Amino acid sequence: MARHVVAPVDELPPGTRKFLVIDERPIAIFNIKGEFFGLLNRCPHQGAALCEGPLIGLAQSSDPGEIEYTRLGEIIRCPWHGWEFDIRTGQSYCDPKRFRARAYPVTVEPGAAVVKGPYVAETLAVSVESDYVVVDL
Amino acid sequence: MNVQFRDRPEPASSVSVKTAIADCDIHPARATATELYPYLAKRWHEHLETYGKHAYQGMMEGPPFPKAQPNASRRDAYPPEGGPQGSSLSFMQKQHLDPNNVALGVLNPLNTGQGIRNHDLAAAICSAINDWQIDKWTAKDSRLKASVVVSNEDGVAAAAEIRKRAGDANFVQVLLLSRNVEPLGQRRYWPIYQAAEEAGLPVGIHAFGYGGNPITASGWPSYYIEEMVGHSQCQQTALASLVLEGVFERYPKLKMVMIEAGFGWAPSLAWRLDKNFERLHSEVPYLKRKPSEYISDHIWWTTQPMEDPDSRDHLLELIEWIGWDKLLFATDYPHWDYDDPSRVMPAGVSDANREAFYLGNAKKLYGLA
Repeated sequence: MARHVVAPVDELPPGTRKFLVIDERPIAIFNIKGEFFGLLNRCPHQGAALCEGPLIGLAQSSDPGEIEYTRLGEIIRCPWHGWEFDIRTGQSYCDPKRFRARAYPVTVEPGAAVVKGPYVAETLAVSVESDYVVVDL
Repeated sequence: MNVQFRDRPEPASSVSVKTAIADCDIHPARATATELYPYLAKRWHEHLETYGKHAYQGMMEGPPFPKAQPNASRRDAYPPEGGPQGSSLSFMQKQHLDPNNVALGVLNPLNTGQGIRNHDLAAAICSAINDWQIDKWTAKDSRLKASVVVSNEDGVAAAAEIRKRAGDANFVQVLLLSRNVEPLGQRRYWPIYQAAEEAGLPVGIHAFGYGGNPITASGWPSYYIEEMVGHSQCQQTALASLVLEGVFERYPKLKMVMIEAGFGWAPSLAWRLDKNFERLHSEVPYLKRKPSEYISDHIWWTTQPMEDPDSRDHLLELIEWIGWDKLLFATDYPHWDYDDPSRVMPAGVSDANREAFYLGNAKKLYGLA
């Protein structure tokens, strides 16, 4: 486990996502309405670049004829076979028992903490004045 | 340094060395609406712009059901230079042919001249598509082989196109779709089979088509998922018709490939045909053998979308019935229901069967062994 500083906060405004490779793992970081999420960019089904898919909502039905559409923008839909995963937990909605996308915690840390803390940030010049997006791997 | 930033996400498949494969269902696309014009007489440019293409069904230019992903294709398969998925050779090489070590890729163009009611226009577009396959794809990458696209409802014109391409090493099969104006065994299509047999080219029958009939035998269903499942029903209709009309008695050297319609239903259809044949033989006395024997001798099957039962043993039993020598691996690139070559094969299959499944059967069938 290591904490990686991946970007200044203002480089990842709401509605954007950033793709990176950390320790040879493809990772995507999302800013959804000010909340940050991290996912392994590899679908557990057949290996597609999962995080290139659209962010959609969750269509569920308690009874035939009743459809609820919730969690708008919090479900990632794979660009190949359309499998859906919860961006908060990585839970699959197609086959939750056998498959789960790998989710990583993402936080925002002040520059002052990043400079002196146990963080890995080789590619970024960190300054104490701004906030940074940090992912735990 | 352990953090790298990239403009684009990495391709989904790694570039490690992999065993060579054949991909028996690749869909090449046009980058622009007029990309075929250099291969079409000026008369047809004006005709298309004035009158358009009149199909046996509505929605010729659009699918009868929404396709779940844009252009029914992977969202990560848009070429960087623009155009729809599957329209760039260099990006196809970079994303698919090179990393998956595709040694033989069979092109199956869809949205061609098939299913157009103006048969002269249909034949002109099909011939243009065949020239375009050579210029844009097979002449530039020797791993790729083309399919002879024919105007399916005009057997005479289709046979002429096949004879024109016979002996041209750019082409390895004739391409039909499963849904036509009539079931595929009927005699309006026989000139196609005769010419294919003479040319030594297998006839591939790909799911889909523009015959004007609904995807089911009892009307239009509500959902795309019903169309996806319905492809196997249409393919069963085509196969039963081919067997029962005596096509394989008439053209005994003809080989056919069932493309993208599944294979799990094959044993059940064959058993049912055999059972009824015992009782109704006098109706089709020109058949000299059981229907299942024609199927096992004349039919090959592409794998994608691979059958995926919960039990691996069920899949292996199915394949035992069909024969490890009759399956042809396919990805359907760039379409969204693509099968990744590293993910479809269950564990415990012998090296010889794996090799046949991924490459050997295709090279043998297409005369490239």
